[in-house]
Amino acid sequence: MKRPFTRDQKTTIVYGVLCMVLILVVLQLWLLTATMNAFLGGDVAVVWPALAASLVCLLLNAGLLRYVYALESHS
Amino acid sequence: MIGDQPEPGTRFPDSRPESEQPPWRLDFPIDVPQDNYIARRDSVKFLVLTSFAFVVGQIWIAAKSLVRGRGAPPSQRIATVDEIPLGGAIGFNYPGPTDPCLLLRTADGTLLAYGQKCTHLSCAVVPELEHDRLHCPCHVGSFDVATGRPLAGPPDAPCPW
Repeated sequence: MKRPFTRDQKTTIVYGVLCMVLILVVLQLWLLTATMNAFLGGDVAVVWPALAASLVCLLLNAGLLRYVYALESHS
Repeated sequence: MIGDQPEPGTRFPDSRPESEQPPWRLDFPIDVPQDNYIARRDSVKFLVLTSFAFVVGQIWIAAKSLVRGRGAPPSQRIATVDEIPLGGAIGFNYPGPTDPCLLLRTADGTLLAYGQKCTHLSCAVVPELEHDRLHCPCHVGSFDVATGRPLAGPPDAPCPW
């Protein structure tokens, strides 16, 4: 039978998740500024791929958040 | 619970037992590890919300790009050829009243039109047809008058036609 995580283990997991989410959010911030820069310069070719990439980052982040809450409900 | 060992209860920052803690700390008992856990979890939640806000920003840019690309701007009368001297230029606004542009007539009679905003920081460019360039005096940038491509200085995008 699988043992539930202790509080210290959960804290470590949440730290790891926090780091991953932070990296993805910084990536999204870079995407947004680069897209805005290109758009204001008249280049719209990057707009849709950047939106798709940002959406993928959001889905990953939402999945990680869901995992954090699932961690609590299982303990 | 881990096996037979109970989950630790309230723990103090200095790791000493409750009997050795000062009275003020007993009056305001804070489970520091639990507090850390909740704080990190809420940070994750806040960052995911920020992530959502960035996606909303991207959607806004995409919507603006759709609106911008719809329909060609209307034609506009600027001047007759005789009104522009050879090697001269006149200013006009197109497509909106706040979009300054330049209509140039080179020495060989070719007509060229450019946006007047420098692609670096939007200073007004000045035609220098004797040097075959559009010059930006703010940061000493210049563009080729025939193609609009940047020749010198900070601008790295071509001057818009």
